[in-house]
Amino acid sequence: MATLTQVGQQVGQVGRSVPRLESRAKVSGSAEYVYHVAVPGMLHGKIVRSSVAHGRIRRLDTSGARAQPGVYAVITGQDVLRVMPDPHYGPAFHDQPVLALDKVRFVGDPVAVVLAEDPHVAEEAAALVEVEYEELPAVFDELEAARPGAPLVHEVIRPATTFADLKHLAGRSGTNVAMEYHLRRGDVEEAFARADYVFEDVFRTQQTAHLPLEPFVCLAHPEGPDRLVIYTATQSPSFVRSEVARLLGWPENRVRVRTAFLGGGFGAKLYIKLEALAAACCLLAGRPVKITLSMEEQFLTITRHPTTFRIRSGVTRDGRIVARACEVWWNGGAYADISPRVTQKSGFTASGPYDIENVRIDSYVVYTNRPPTGALRGFGIPQLVWAYESHTDIIAHRLGMDPVEFRRINLLSNGQPHATGTPLTDTATREVLEALAKAMEWDKPLERGSGRYRRGRGIAIGLKACVAPTTSCATVVLYGDGSVAVLAGTVDMGQGSDTALAQIAAETLGLQAEQVRVVHPDTDVTPYDMATLGSRSLFHMGNAVKQAAEQVRDQLLAIAARALEADAEQLVVRDGAVWAPGGQSLSFKELMVHRFGMQAGTLVGTGTYLPPYAKPDPETGQSEEITPFWMVGGCGAEVEVDTYTGRVRVLRLVNAADVGRAINPAIVRTQLNGASLMQLGMTLMEEMVLEQGQVVNASLAAYKIPGFGDVPPVVEAVLVEMPHRHGPFGAKGVGETGTFAVSAAVANAIYDAVGVRIRELPITPERLLAALRRSGGAGSQEGEEG
Amino acid sequence: MSGPNGAGAFRTIRFRLNGRPVEMAVRAFETLADVLRRTGQVGSVRESCGQGLCGTCTVLVDGLAISSCLYLAALADGAEIQTVEGLASGEKLHPLQQAFVDCGAFQCGFCTPGMILTGLQLLRENPDPDEEEIRRYLSGNLCRCGAYPEIVRAIRQAARNGREEAGT
Repeated sequence: MATLTQVGQQVGQVGRSVPRLESRAKVSGSAEYVYHVAVPGMLHGKIVRSSVAHGRIRRLDTSGARAQPGVYAVITGQDVLRVMPDPHYGPAFHDQPVLALDKVRFVGDPVAVVLAEDPHVAEEAAALVEVEYEELPAVFDELEAARPGAPLVHEVIRPATTFADLKHLAGRSGTNVAMEYHLRRGDVEEAFARADYVFEDVFRTQQTAHLPLEPFVCLAHPEGPDRLVIYTATQSPSFVRSEVARLLGWPENRVRVRTAFLGGGFGAKLYIKLEALAAACCLLAGRPVKITLSMEEQFLTITRHPTTFRIRSGVTRDGRIVARACEVWWNGGAYADISPRVTQKSGFTASGPYDIENVRIDSYVVYTNRPPTGALRGFGIPQLVWAYESHTDIIAHRLGMDPVEFRRINLLSNGQPHATGTPLTDTATREVLEALAKAMEWDKPLERGSGRYRRGRGIAIGLKACVAPTTSCATVVLYGDGSVAVLAGTVDMGQGSDTALAQIAAETLGLQAEQVRVVHPDTDVTPYDMATLGSRSLFHMGNAVKQAAEQVRDQLLAIAARALEADAEQLVVRDGAVWAPGGQSLSFKELMVHRFGMQAGTLVGTGTYLPPYAKPDPETGQSEEITPFWMVGGCGAEVEVDTYTGRVRVLRLVNAADVGRAINPAIVRTQLNGASLMQLGMTLMEEMVLEQGQVVNASLAAYKIPGFGDVPPVVEAVLVEMPHRHGPFGAKGVGETGTFAVSAAVANAIYDAVGVRIRELPITPERLLAALRRSGGAGSQEGEEG
Repeated sequence: MSGPNGAGAFRTIRFRLNGRPVEMAVRAFETLADVLRRTGQVGSVRESCGQGLCGTCTVLVDGLAISSCLYLAALADGAEIQTVEGLASGEKLHPLQQAFVDCGAFQCGFCTPGMILTGLQLLRENPDPDEEEIRRYLSGNLCRCGAYPEIVRAIRQAARNGREEAGT
C-alpha cells in the first residue's frame, strides 16, 4: 500500500496551494480565538507588578484594593501556596514563581492579582496594592552578570526534568550562569597558529519583543468538583496540562487544556505564561478567572535574548576557513524559560554552515534583572547568523574576495558532517546559496551611486537544527458517513498547520483537503504533542498524521477487500472511495455500512513520531544524530543608504529556503516573507529600551514594528525543494527559516553601499550616521563602528 | 456591577450594528470596543494595542473607519456601525473579503477585520488606488505576521474586480 503515498503518485493534495481552510472564518470575524471566550460568573484578573528590578518584598498591603467596591479578591504569592505547595515553574529550571514569594527579579515581575467582575475595577484597584521593597543591586548586561561578584538573580537554580533533551541540566548556586554548552572539534589553537590570517569580531544584539496582536490571554474555570478547564492562547497545550497538573499535585487527566486559533505566537505563547496563575486564582476564588494582558505587559512577559558573540576565524590565503572559535553570551533575563535549550540547540550551530576542521563553541546563558527571554521565531539562530555572516563578509572583503565566492569555497555540502559530527542529510546548503545568487543577479554589476544616496547589496546564509528529541502523536478518525477528522495538538497560530495537516491526511486517504476537519487542541481529545515551536510541527506532526491516516486507509482497504472479494494489495483509495482494478468501487460511507451494518461506527488510526536522536557528548558536543533535519535559509538584500541621515531603505529582499517539499507553496511563501519582514523590524527598528531595568518604550507608540511603509518594494521567496528522506512527503519545517539571514544580509548590503560595518543591532539611522561620521563619510572602506 | 470611584452611572445608547438595532447601557468611560464585544455579536472587534496605533479594533462608524479602542461608546449613540460580519450578502462574501481569501492576505487573521474595513474605506474613496496609495492609506494597520504584500495585492485585486463589474 505504501506506493499510494509516494511522491509522484499522489492524488494531488501535496504541492497544492489550498487556501487556508479557515479563510472564510478569518475574513468574516467568526474565527475562534481564546480572546473571545467567556463563561458565566467569570472574574477578570489584573496583575500587580514589581516596580523595582531586584528586591525583597518587605510589606505587601492589599487592604486598599480589597476595600474597593466590586473587588472580589486580591491574590498574593502566599495565597498561591495554599493550592500549589511549590509554585515554581519552567520548562528547563523550576525558577519562576506563580507570584513573587520573597524576591522580585525584574521590573514587571508579578506580585499580586486583583480579581473583579469588571476588568476596569480590577485595573483601578491594582494600583491600590501597596508594596514595599528592600532594593538589591541589579545587573542587566550579560557579560557583567557572568562575572564573579555580580549580584545573584537566583540564589539557587533547580532544574526541571520534563523534557528529555534538558534532563542533563544540573542544579547550581553562586552564579548567574544558568547553563553552558561546549563543542570541541579538532585543535583550534593549533589551527589559529597555522592560519595565514586570524580575524576577530564582537557582535551584539538587542532585546526585542514578539508582540503578536492577540495578547496573552487565559481563562481557567472549574468543571465539577475536581477538574479544571484552561482555555489559553498557547502554543504548547500538552506542556501546560502537565505543568499545571504537577504544580497542583493532580493527575493530568483532571486538567483539560483547550486552545483555538492564535492571533500570532512567534514563540511567545509557549510553556507556562498565564496558565498557572489563572489556575491558582480560579481555585482560590472558586470561580472562573480570565486574565488578558495589555500590549505593555507583553514586553514584561517574554522577549528575545540580547546577545554578545565573540567570533574568531583562522583563514588561509586562498580563502579556506581552517579554525573558528565562538563565544556566545545569551542574556536570559530574570527567569530561564527555554533559554537553556536556545543556548545548546542553537549554540551548537554558532560556527555557521561552513566546513571547518577545527571548531570551538562556548555558549552561556546568564540570568540578569531584565524581563525574561525565550524563544522568538528562530530560537536564537537570527542572533547567531547576524554575527557569523557579518564576520564572514568582513573576512571576504579583507581577503579581497567576492562574498558569494568566499562562501562557495567554505560552505558545507549535502551529506557532509556539521561541526557537531551530524551529517547534513538531504540538506540544500549549496543549492540555496546558488538560488540566492541567481535571484540577486549577483554576477551583474550594481549601480551604487555617488551622491547622497548610495546603494549596495548583501547576502547571508544560515543553518538551524530542528529541535530534538520531541514527540508528536495524532489520531485520525473516520465517521459513519465517511467524513474524516484529524485530532492533533498542533496549534494553528497563522502558519497554516490546519491546512497542511489536512492536505497530508487527504493525500493519504484519497480526499480533498477541504473535506478534512482538523480538531483544535483539547487535551481531553487530542493526543500529546511536544509543542508548536521551532518549525517542528509539519515534520513531526505531519509524520504522525500521515501514519494515523495510513492506518485508517488500511482498515478501509481490508473492509473493501472482503466486500469486493478482492486482494487488498490491489485496491486504491481515490475520491472518497476504495477502487478495485476492475473499476468497481465502494464509497467510504458504503464501507462503513458494510462494516457496521448501518451508518455507524468509527475507524480510528493513530500515529506517533519520535525521530532518532543521539545525545551530544557533554565534553565535546559531538553527536551522530543531533537533529531530525537541518534548515537552510538565505537572504539577499539591496539597500539604499541616505548618507545625510543614516536612514536605510531596503529596496529588495529575497528569501531563499530549503523547504524539503512545499506541501502548500502559497502558504510557504507567505511564511518565508512574513518571517523576513518581522526580522527586518528587528534589524532596523526594534529595541526594548531599559532605564534602571524598566522598559521605557513598552508601547507600539515608542517601540515601532514594521508597517506597510517599511515593507521593501520587492519581497520575494525562492523555494528550494530538496526532499528529506524522513519528512512527510519530503517536507521540512519553514516557519522560522525566513528570519535567519535577514540582519546580516542588510548589514552586508550597507557595507557594500557605504563601507561602514555595523556590529550592533538595530541599525538605526542614529547608529549608522554616527558610524558614517566616524568613518569620514560614505565611500571610505576604512569605516568601522567600534 | 458598579464602576470604580462612582463612575458607574449608566446611560442607554442606541445604534445600528450591521443593520440591526442595538440598545445598550454604557458607562461614560467605556469604549466602543468594550461595548461591541459585550454585544457578543461581533467577534471581529478585537483590542490589541489599546492606544489606537495598530488598527486591529477598526470598525466603521457612519462609514468612517475608527479605532474602537479609543472611541467612547457614548459617542456612538444613533450611529450606523459596520463590521466585517455585515459585509457578506448571504453566502457570498464581499468582493474585498473574497480577494483577501484568494490572495492569502492573512496568516493568523487577528488583524484581518481591521485591514478589510480600512481597505473598504479606501476603495470607497478611490476605486483605483495604486500600490503606494494603499500602503499610505493602510499605514495605521499593523500585521505582525507580515502579510503586507498579500494585503496590497488583495486590495488591488478587489479594485480591479470592482472596476470590471462597474464596466459591464
